[in-house]
Amino acid sequence: MLANIVLGFLWGGITAYVLLAGADFGAGFWDLLAGSATTGADKRRRISASIGPVWEANHVWLIFALVVTWTGFPSVFAAIASTLYIPLTAVAFGIILRGSAFAFRGAVTELSLQRAFGAAFAASSVVTPFFLGTVAGAIASGRVPLGVAQGDIITSWLNPTSILGGILAVEVSAYLAAVYLTRDSQRANESGLAMYFQRRALVMGVITGITAGLGILVLHADAPLLFNGLTHRGLPLVLASIVFGGLSLLLLLLRRFVALRLTAALAVVAVLWAWGVGQYPDVLAGVIKVSAAAAPDQSLRFLVVSLSIGSAILIPSLVLLFSLFQAAPAQRLSEGR
Amino acid sequence: MGLSLGWHIIFACLGVGLPALILIAEWRGIHGDADAMRLARTWAKVAGVLFAVGAVSGTILSFEMGILWPRLMGEFGAVFGLPFALEGFAFFIEAIFLGIYLHAWDRLSPMRHLASGIPICIAGVASAFFVVTANAWMNDPQGFTLVNGHVTDPQPLVAMFNKATPVETIHMILAAFMVTGFLVASVYAAARLRGRADRYHRIGLVLPLIVATVITPAQIVVGDIAAREVADNQPLKLAAMEGIGQTEVGAGEHLGGIYINGQLQFAIVLPHVLAFLAKGNVNATVVGLDSVPAADRPEAVTLIHLAFDTMVGIGFLLLGLGIWLLVRWIRRRGPPTSRWFLRAALVAGPGAVVAMECGWITTEVGRQPWIVYNIMRTADAVNPAPGLYWGLVVLLIVYTVLTVATLVVLQKIKRANVQTPNAQATAGNV
Repeated sequence: MLANIVLGFLWGGITAYVLLAGADFGAGFWDLLAGSATTGADKRRRISASIGPVWEANHVWLIFALVVTWTGFPSVFAAIASTLYIPLTAVAFGIILRGSAFAFRGAVTELSLQRAFGAAFAASSVVTPFFLGTVAGAIASGRVPLGVAQGDIITSWLNPTSILGGILAVEVSAYLAAVYLTRDSQRANESGLAMYFQRRALVMGVITGITAGLGILVLHADAPLLFNGLTHRGLPLVLASIVFGGLSLLLLLLRRFVALRLTAALAVVAVLWAWGVGQYPDVLAGVIKVSAAAAPDQSLRFLVVSLSIGSAILIPSLVLLFSLFQAAPAQRLSEGR
Repeated sequence: MGLSLGWHIIFACLGVGLPALILIAEWRGIHGDADAMRLARTWAKVAGVLFAVGAVSGTILSFEMGILWPRLMGEFGAVFGLPFALEGFAFFIEAIFLGIYLHAWDRLSPMRHLASGIPICIAGVASAFFVVTANAWMNDPQGFTLVNGHVTDPQPLVAMFNKATPVETIHMILAAFMVTGFLVASVYAAARLRGRADRYHRIGLVLPLIVATVITPAQIVVGDIAAREVADNQPLKLAAMEGIGQTEVGAGEHLGGIYINGQLQFAIVLPHVLAFLAKGNVNATVVGLDSVPAADRPEAVTLIHLAFDTMVGIGFLLLGLGIWLLVRWIRRRGPPTSRWFLRAALVAGPGAVVAMECGWITTEVGRQPWIVYNIMRTADAVNPAPGLYWGLVVLLIVYTVLTVATLVVLQKIKRANVQTPNAQATAGNV
């Protein structure tokens, strides 16, 4: 029971990370494709203004997920970190590069430096979710055995399911970012930008949908356990994701950008949870179940208490953060340039 | 791992200390001191960059905990993981309110804006506390039972509040404020030495310097308590810190020297002083390194000993700087302005960083060969997967690049601020 509560917190944290930090990575993806320094300036300014105040808080969800894993499921953490150390190291470097380059870009005024830091920020925004996706694929396809460095350090993450996971992570991030940025632009009365991101959200939404559809075939061949989970217990969520995904495309065309945020996020959450539900009660697919992987109850009890108290402080603070920067007119959000 | 920690610790210190300095300056600024307000704005901008770097380097650490030491985490995560979870929340609060503080200068009333900085200070200190409790646990592992080499009956609270926790956490938090204060002061001391004597630069020097020098004497007292705690609980670490090869009755205090073949050579010896400092009795016995088999002794005794001496030495020099400031202030009703004082303040910043790093070397290298004192060897904790070495090489390069980039960017902020002080005061946001 306690183990399931901890798993719930963990999964909630991962969901928040995908929806919030995922979009921050996606914003970097669009930053990369925004064009030259002159033609892309307004897009980059919008991107900086949108993610500037929130990206650090969003990023903490990853740390949250890591520490909950190592406290609640120590052996699982050890197994994942030691076998998948190559993609995780890549993720770590991507995070360093992304965060610091973004902060640096905001702090300097020379165009050449802005360009260099901007490129680093944008490139790492694509690399990081890709490797996180490969990690997810490795776990979901049952390639991470228990124990320290027992898995193949290469093929555990370089395989069809992991590649699919990586590509999907990049696409989903970009899609969410485009959706959020469309609304941010609209609120700031930047209709040209709103249209720009609306088109991109549409294209990326379709691409993501196609990838997910083809991905089912990949899973059928490469990860039968996951495929089985998605087509049985996870099926309602898979269907929900298709519905929300289709609805989102419709709302995009109808320019209902506020409702769109919700449906787009729900479509992503549904996919994520379809994986979670399909794989449950295994924490490492086909390897170990939640009850066996969990730390002893004494530890979990303190963890659950801490997580509850922490959430009671955290959630109002998060609400304050987002309401502060979402409610007030966005034009006032000057980003220091 | 050591590299990442040693690097992150500087940013972490600034993350703990800088918000308090900014708030003091902003407080004065709200009460009509335009120069202090300009300082607060500039420091906030710097904090924005440093926090980002601190946040990401902190993340790397949580990755490395697993990538490098999977056996430590796998075996003991249930015991000492809790403070990390708590630190995660503290970090959340820090990041959230930092986002608000940095980006909402024009969205909140001055007092509310000031108030939004307070959670950053509290969370900064809290996260330092939590993370250091985990380190203290590695020095004084408690709160579990080992059965056939496996952990049973974990008690996270007992683990968190072990004997090393009170002194280690206070020592580290005070160090964070000292490092921040001296480092910021040294930036303005440099500007003063280059002839910028306006009020803005005067406050920029004096305000952080006062904060840091007030803390210094307290830190020396806490440090003394910490050393005695080590003498009681980790006698081998103390022996390495002092370069004591053989167990000695009425051991002397050794200053400097090199440890060769079980003997500290070329050291200045103050007879009986160590026995008195560590045990409160001039004829007390101080355990030497030879009391345990060679495999259980720290190897780098010279490094540990000199690092410890350096930390203590710099601590007293910083105390001297504080006394200089105090005496001069009482006699002339104002801070010293002589070039020698400015030069001293200039080196105090890097000095404080060196002292902090030396302290960290002392406690970490001094614990070797154990990662969890007397329980798990560092060699047994590491990831056996092949190819990790290359990861470390790349890490070294990344950190070098990042350090250079940070310094370049901070330099740019400073220059932009000097050239256009008024534009700065109105723009403000990062």
